[in-house]
Order: sequence, then structure tokens, then C-alpha cells
Amino acid sequence: MPMNEENKEFRPLIVAFCCNWCSYAGADLAGSSRLSYPADVKIIRVPCSGRVNPMFILRAFERGADGVIICGCHPGDCHYSTGNYYARRRMALLFSMLEYIGVENGRTRVEWCSAAEGAKFSKTMNEFCEKIKSLGENVRLGDLRCKN
Amino acid sequence: MQELINRLKELIADGTVVRAIGWKKGDMPYNPEPAYFEKPEDFDNFVYDGFCGANLSKMMIEAAKLEGKTAVCLKPCDTYSFNQLIREHRVNRENTYIIGVGCRGKLDIEKARKEGIKGIKSIAGVDIEGDGDVTFDTIYGEKKMAYKDLMLDRCHVCKGKDHVIFDEVIGESKDTADADRFEEVIKIEKMTPEERFAFFKSELSKCIRCNACRNVCPACSCRKCVFDNTKFDSQQKANVDSFEEKMFHIIRAFHVAGRCTDCGECSRVCPEGIPLHLFNRKFIKDIDTFYGEFQAGKDPEAQSPLTDFTFDDLEPKDAVGRGDK
Repeated sequence: MPMNEENKEFRPLIVAFCCNWCSYAGADLAGSSRLSYPADVKIIRVPCSGRVNPMFILRAFERGADGVIICGCHPGDCHYSTGNYYARRRMALLFSMLEYIGVENGRTRVEWCSAAEGAKFSKTMNEFCEKIKSLGENVRLGDLRCKN
Repeated sequence: MQELINRLKELIADGTVVRAIGWKKGDMPYNPEPAYFEKPEDFDNFVYDGFCGANLSKMMIEAAKLEGKTAVCLKPCDTYSFNQLIREHRVNRENTYIIGVGCRGKLDIEKARKEGIKGIKSIAGVDIEGDGDVTFDTIYGEKKMAYKDLMLDRCHVCKGKDHVIFDEVIGESKDTADADRFEEVIKIEKMTPEERFAFFKSELSKCIRCNACRNVCPACSCRKCVFDNTKFDSQQKANVDSFEEKMFHIIRAFHVAGRCTDCGECSRVCPEGIPLHLFNRKFIKDIDTFYGEFQAGKDPEAQSPLTDFTFDDLEPKDAVGRGDK
């Protein structure tokens, strides 16, 4: 191992799918309220959590994400009335399937977070980042071609 | 079988249907092929025996668009698939004449090969009316196997002997279920994550991306498939890394989640013998536990679980880690 890698801290890559109408604004509020959340979180804005195709999540993992979090409006508060209810069912099945094929629990998460919950957004992201750091690099779901 | 042939010939002769879909003799006694029958002489090659496992309901998507009615032979489990296709408006029921054919379990030649039966010249005892052992006449002599031992895995978890949709039924069916449908899934769930990962890695690394599982699946009937998109990582090609295989199979199973009738065709056609039904059954089991028992294709009016919701559904974080408790 080269010397300079010895003390290198593991920085996870986290993809956050944030609903335009709530969590994305929540992230904005967290920013303007000067609440910090890790820079490892990369936010992708989606029109609704129901827009998140399970394939997006798998693809994020394939392209090197260590964790994926989906943030949507609280059930009942969807801008499009019902989008997050469908997302909830889909994600429940997908997460269960990922667990089934042997992926560590906790790499994926769904959080309901409104536009007024900047503090919750920041707290969630900090927590999630810590969790991913404890799980380490995502090996099982990644594209291993360019590694090793 | 003769009764079925006579009835099909009669239907074509009196103009009720223009053509029939059934099975014709293949190049080997154990691989009959799905085929169209139009003229009386076509029926010389017609066959319906224990090896006719193919689910013909998907063929009706195209056949029902043809001029005139088409008769199709469906086994009890195939009728679930047909119902599901009606639910999705993929087949034209008016253009279809469904003949429910009897079934006493379908056979898997791989099971015989595992027993070391090779060089098969002819097979006796696989008739649909029969009731006894299967006798293989091989170049090494005569070999016998019990019908039950030769059955496809899916027939051990048979959905029942009743056709859920039909115009007429010819022949007797038998409920061949003698195992729990979710036994294998539960066995895998009980493993550690490392064991599960190793299991799926070893199974899925056999995948050659022939797309047979996709092409045969009656629920996979999109005209434009995501896997044919060249911009997609898991497009139609041999896998280049281990994740793509998993991604393909997770997505394939996810796309039919809530619509899969568990007909088991994917596992039957897999040239590498990958137990693909394990993915579909996991989704079925989860849907059953999370959202209540649901059998796709049983009721053509029923709402599919993934296009439905309730206000107090299970949260995704509670969907995982249930095995550890």
C-alpha cells in the first residue's frame, strides 16, 4: 500500500433523489439556515419521489454510489396527490429484494422530509452518511471492471 | 390426445376457428414445439404429452390480431397468464377460443439427465391420460423413472387443477402440489447476507444473456423493451461484469412484480438452469406479506398491488431486516 493511502479517510459517494416540492426545498432551507450536511451527498432533483424508477437506484450503485437515499413528501402531502404512495410500495419491494440478494442493509433509505424540515434534512443526511461510512465501500453492487 | 385433435379439427372444419395453437413433434421425443395448425393434415404432427410444458398464452398476443378466431390449448396454470394478459388489454378475448387441456404435471428432461439417462430413442408413459411410470428406451437399454420424480419444479407447487378461464375443457387435470411454494425463498432468506450474495453470484454468473427468460415470459409483453435500449447498461449483450447480471435479473423480476402469475416458464427455458423463479417468488412472497395475498391472473378485474396503495402501507425501512428478528 502506498504511504499516502494509509491515512486516507473513506469518503462515501451518496446519491440523494429529492422531490422538487419538498426535500429539495428542505435542502435549500437547511442551506439558508446554515445547517451543515456532508458534501458527500449529491442531490438529484426529481419531480416526485414516484418518478424514481428502481432502475435509477441500481444504476447509481453500478456507477459507484455507496448509498442511495430517496427523499419525498410525507405521505398525504404529495404535490401530485398520490405519487409517494406508489413510491413507498416500490421501494419496499426493491429494498427487500436487495437484502435478499445479499446487499448490506442500510445502503438504501427512504425518508419523508417536507420543505419546512431543513433541520430534519440535515440530520438525516448526517446520519445516513455515518451509516454508509460504517458500511464502507460498496463492493457488491458496483461495476468492478475498472477497479483492482 | 386423440379427443383433443378431433375436437380441434372439428372446430376448424365448422368454421368456429381459423387456426389452432398447440404443440407439434420436435426433433426429439422430449422437446415438442409450439406451433400453428390450420389444415387437417397439419394435425399429423400434433402432440400433447407430459413434455408440452410451454405456456402458449403469450402467443395469443399476436395470434388474436389475425383474421378470424384462434383456438389455443391452455393448461390450468396457463389460464392465469391469459387472464393477466386480458387484464392488461394485451389480448383480444373475442378472437380467442380457449380449450382447457388436462394436465397431470409437466416433465423436465433435465431431471432424467441428472439420473444418467442418455441416448434416448423413445419415451413411453408420458401420455396425458396415463398414470404410471415413465419408460425411456435408450441405446443403453430400458430405464424407468417415476412420473413424479421427473416433474418440473414448478409442478410441485401447482396452483390447482381448475382452469380460471376457458371455452371448453378437454381431459382431466390433477393437482400435483406436494411442496410449499415459498420453501426455497425462505431457505435463502435464512442464510447470512454473505451466503446469499455468494449464492446469487454463483447462480447468476452462469447467465449468458440469451434473453430467453424475457422472451418466454407472458407478463413481459412490452413491444419496446428497456433491455433493447442501447443506451442502457444492461442492454442486450453478454454480461461484462457481475453486477450487470444482477441488475438485469432484478429489473426483469421487478418489471413483472405484481403481474407474475408464477407460471415458472423463466426457469424452464433457462439454458443454464438458473432458478429464476426465485426472484419472482420473492416479490410474490413480499407482496403477500406486505399487502395481502394476491394471485395475479386469478381475477381479471383485480388491481395489481404495485398500481395500488393504502394510506398506511408498510414503510420501506420496515421491509428490510425482518429475517434477523
